[in-house]
Amino acid sequence: MTTMTARGSRRRTPGAVRRGLRRNLTAYGFLCGALICFGFFSWYPMVREFLLSFQKTNFVGPPEWVGLQNFQTVIEDSAFAQAWINTAAFTGLALVIGYAIPFVVAIVLNELRHAKGYLRFVVYLPVMLPPAVAVLLFKWFYDPGPGLFNQILSTVNLPTLSWLDSTSTALISLVLVSTWMNLGTGTLIYLAALQSIPSELYEAAELDGASLLRRVWHVTIPQTKLILLVMLLLQIVATMQVFIEPYLLTGGGPEDATVTVVYLMYQYAFSFGNFGGGGALGLMLMIVLMVFSAIYLRVSRDNQT
Amino acid sequence: MSHTVQSSGTGVRPDRPLRAVPPRGDGGGASRRRPRRNKALERREFRGLVSPHSLNTPRGRIIYWIVLVTIVVFFTAIFVFPLYWMATGALKSSEEIAQIPPTFFPTSIDFSVYAEAWDQLELGTFLLNTVIYAGGAWLFTLAIDVTAAYALSKLRPVLGKVVLALMLSTLMIPPMVILLPAYLTVKELPILGWNLLNTPWVIWLPAAANGFFIFLLKRFFDSIPRELLEAAQIDGAGSVRILWSVVLPISRPIIGVVSILAVVSVWKDFVWPLLVLPDGEKMPISVGIASLAAQMPQNVLMAALVIASIPAIVVFFVFQRSIMAGLTAGSLKG
Repeated sequence: MTTMTARGSRRRTPGAVRRGLRRNLTAYGFLCGALICFGFFSWYPMVREFLLSFQKTNFVGPPEWVGLQNFQTVIEDSAFAQAWINTAAFTGLALVIGYAIPFVVAIVLNELRHAKGYLRFVVYLPVMLPPAVAVLLFKWFYDPGPGLFNQILSTVNLPTLSWLDSTSTALISLVLVSTWMNLGTGTLIYLAALQSIPSELYEAAELDGASLLRRVWHVTIPQTKLILLVMLLLQIVATMQVFIEPYLLTGGGPEDATVTVVYLMYQYAFSFGNFGGGGALGLMLMIVLMVFSAIYLRVSRDNQT
Repeated sequence: MSHTVQSSGTGVRPDRPLRAVPPRGDGGGASRRRPRRNKALERREFRGLVSPHSLNTPRGRIIYWIVLVTIVVFFTAIFVFPLYWMATGALKSSEEIAQIPPTFFPTSIDFSVYAEAWDQLELGTFLLNTVIYAGGAWLFTLAIDVTAAYALSKLRPVLGKVVLALMLSTLMIPPMVILLPAYLTVKELPILGWNLLNTPWVIWLPAAANGFFIFLLKRFFDSIPRELLEAAQIDGAGSVRILWSVVLPISRPIIGVVSILAVVSVWKDFVWPLLVLPDGEKMPISVGIASLAAQMPQNVLMAALVIASIPAIVVFFVFQRSIMAGLTAGSLKG
């Protein structure tokens, strides 16, 4: 199959050169749409993010270089530290609640022989809803008066909570919505990974007298170690970018208890008109997230072969 | 926000080909392989963490059924009940919805709240906008990404590897981080100076700049045997013709996956349209509802949410298989 092209290119006949030129022209003809789209909407914004954080943009004249002034402005902001603490707390809580549960759910689902299709459908249903719908629905559930959650709590004679209105419960309320919306993704990915574990391993472990929990610990977890690690990193990167929950549920309140880094970035740009400050926040977040992305890249490259 | 990124495809780099692999040409090999794979599947069907033997004892069977029923009830309560509450909340009058304790079944089945939501919020306009954005994004994504992936996979131009690496590198950039520069870019496009805000282009074109789709498509095209394309070439077909009549028909499964992902991610997206489509007439449905949510009675809002989620649920119901294939295509093998 290669004879024709290989021989042609080795001899470099005028025909081959012309053909090569034509092939390249056609290829770039096909590529030009993608190059334009990536150029304008991916590559240029990536570069611009760096420029933005060192500039003052006022939309009238050309942007002005201001050095590190934008960074100074945002760091001196009282909400800055709070935003990072909230983002870290949100990510941490989301991991505590949302990281182990999908794995456990997947392990249990994998053992069932009935209603599998139904359970898989149901667990992924919230993922399919537009996030704004899920968040607005939960906003109603969190209503301290007729909201569903307080009604359930009072039916079972537990003290009711003020959910989004209290500094102590607002952040965890955000985590709950986010977990409900996203549980299905992890569950289905783990389920696919579990199905690729050879059953011989379980048989061997059982012959050695390993109990159920020991089988999970010594067979299931080592066999899914890579995917567990990848999902951990991806979840950290995804949850650290949380925006829609504070935007729609609390507006950052009460008393900055739910201001996250991306929400603060949004506020800088669209409430204060300070795109430079927003850009500085974005760049700081990017550097933090890049650390996790780099680990992720390393892990997946090491395991490629 | 967490995980939405995965479903619309970010940093994940699959290493396992999709189940649908283009025909290899030799029927013998495939048919030899098939029974073996089936047997493996069958065996896996009967063996997980718990051995089939212990499941067959009377005690094992009782435990199994207790666990199964508990899980079905629990899952229904957690994932379906909120949706039931939303749909029935929209059937209640504004007095009934504020009542404490709430009624489990609405006292009357009255769909007028839905009609009210449809008229008051102009949901028709929002829905139509969403369809236009999602449909256009789908067409642009396919037209742009399929041709690009084909060029990178089969025509292999000079610097093709560099272009591919640059495209894949965008997967490592968290999307929220470049939100502001991307907004400024569409507000005044460099060189051209166009303002794309409040036009459909602002959704369509960035949707096509998706490294994950390029990656999925290119990997699939790479697995198409060269002989097939060369045979067409000898018959005198040009590159466009080969793409259209040889590559595309074989690639239907991967194009299906990319199509679903493209439509669903535009349908679900909130932050980007919130910024770039500030005009109330141009908003897609989730942004539109969110922008009016504060001024609406609770039951009308719930009706609007139900209407906004029906298309998503229907799409999921119909394309469940492709959606789940797309999800696992985006994950590593364990």
